[in-house]
Amino acid sequence: MKRRTLAILLTAAMTMGAALTGCGDSAGDTSAESSSSDNTDTESSTEDSSSDTATEDLSGTITAAGSSALKPLADDAADAFAELYPDVAITIDAGGSGEGLKQVSEGTVDIGNSDVEASEKLDEAQAAELVDHQVCVITMAPIVNPDVKEGGVENLTKDQLISIFTGETKNWSEVGGPDEDIVLVTRPTSSGTRATFQKYALDGAEEASNASMETDDSGVLLQNVKDTKGAIGYVALSYLVGETGVETVSIDGVEPTLENTYNGTYPVWTYEHMYTKGEANEVTQAYLDYIMSDEYGEQMEELGYGVSSKMTVTEH
Amino acid sequence: MFRREYGWRGIATLCGMFVIILTIVIGAFLIYKGSDTFLKFGHTLWEFLGSAEWNPADNADGGGAVGALIFIVGSLSTCALALLIAAPFSLGSAIFITEISKKYGERFYRPVVEIFAGIPSVVYGWVGLTVLVPFIKTVFHRQVGHSILAAGIVLAVMIFPTITSVSADAIAAVPNECRNAAYGMGSTRWQTIYRVVIPAAGSGIISGIILGLARAFGEALAVAMVIGQTTALPTSIFSTTKTLTTEIASQMGNAMEGGEMKSALWTMALLLFLISLLFISLIHHFSNKKEGGEKA
Repeated sequence: MKRRTLAILLTAAMTMGAALTGCGDSAGDTSAESSSSDNTDTESSTEDSSSDTATEDLSGTITAAGSSALKPLADDAADAFAELYPDVAITIDAGGSGEGLKQVSEGTVDIGNSDVEASEKLDEAQAAELVDHQVCVITMAPIVNPDVKEGGVENLTKDQLISIFTGETKNWSEVGGPDEDIVLVTRPTSSGTRATFQKYALDGAEEASNASMETDDSGVLLQNVKDTKGAIGYVALSYLVGETGVETVSIDGVEPTLENTYNGTYPVWTYEHMYTKGEANEVTQAYLDYIMSDEYGEQMEELGYGVSSKMTVTEH
Repeated sequence: MFRREYGWRGIATLCGMFVIILTIVIGAFLIYKGSDTFLKFGHTLWEFLGSAEWNPADNADGGGAVGALIFIVGSLSTCALALLIAAPFSLGSAIFITEISKKYGERFYRPVVEIFAGIPSVVYGWVGLTVLVPFIKTVFHRQVGHSILAAGIVLAVMIFPTITSVSADAIAAVPNECRNAAYGMGSTRWQTIYRVVIPAAGSGIISGIILGLARAFGEALAVAMVIGQTTALPTSIFSTTKTLTTEIASQMGNAMEGGEMKSALWTMALLLFLISLLFISLIHHFSNKKEGGEKA
């Protein structure tokens, strides 16, 4: 760091020196010589930097905040993007969908990540200013402790699911499972994951919040389901990549997978949104384009997110 | 000379003023934000404090229910339990450090307690989640180990060092004449401690307990990890419930700006501010009493 500042200062001093000698040509040979040697130095250094920027002409910073469900993808894409464009610095914060939308609307960040549409968390005038980029599809799956699946629960009908999450069904034996109390592990009412699950898996039925353990993020939820016998919860598929401690359950016989989301048979999914205030600037647009590119699509699927362009249905 | 004298004094005054203004501004901001629940959404104070129906609408139209009783009860019960567990241990340790084994206590025990005080709360919460929660599950044969009990124990460990060091200082400040007088009257060592030293250090010990209580009340992270956040009034120490701080922490990020939910959360923040104000004034009350006692 110190060395770099020193180099900058030296270069500045040299250019100034060169300029001065340029003005006073008659000054003397020695100074002219020294300044010319200086010039070659600065030239070579500018050549270096120009050869760098010949292939990557983007530079700048991108800041993003919001949805914690989208953050792992945004982070991964930022890393890959930074390899292509080393001069672009990307900072991504979590904080929740509401926070992301608020900050992008205020202009604090360039991108607001959200699980829900802006109109749900902002007033109309604010939401109208934002431009939506549906960067990916996120699929939510009901997950259970392995002992529930071993006990025979591999599939739940939507009615059973609703009955479980509204607290009517209290024991797994009622839906063909082991004789164990059902422990609901959910997310706070303002969570985007919860909103999606409630809307598409529970048909809008209100979860029994007086009987469920709420967890602040999906990672903790996963841990709790893993550790608690008879537990059921829900997370995005991205949290289940490489995860062996919990089991997913089919809904109406359809397994929660990306394929089933693409072909429209599995209903619990939603678009993830990256909002910009007005049209994105050049750097931000490049980043958004990169995330939605086919090239990054494969990587996206490996992380457990669905590629928007592969959806055969666009509405639920 | 003049500049040195008044320059530094000016800077010190400025810093002091800044902190005072900051405190007032924070208080005013909380009142401004928190009053929306009552003024903009038309809920009554009684509904907020006395109702257990918590279902605020996450939009600016309002119309939900903002009863925060569950969280208030949750905070009170976890803190009471923590205090119940921590206070005897702390008092015992303080007596041990100052009266029973001064050498060992000051050289070894007190540094250990101070290290305790420096451990971040996330570490306590995590250890609680991985050790305490499964432990409660197996020992009490519960399906879920998350509980008020777990939160109370974690908080007890967290506030133990605060209460211990403040009490130990208070006990050490009791003048030796008191002890000598008690011995002179023929008291045993325990009688001296129990009848003379502790009553003399009483206000200091209570200050320590209130300080600990304030820390317990404000703790969100560690509690959130082990309390198994459920929006229901607790029925036993094995119940899962929520506290004021955990609810604010878990909902604030996603709640809509200017919505009923967010206003209700700000009102809860205001309540926490007022409670800590109460604690601080209690501490002042007790330390003033102590000074008065010494003068008399």
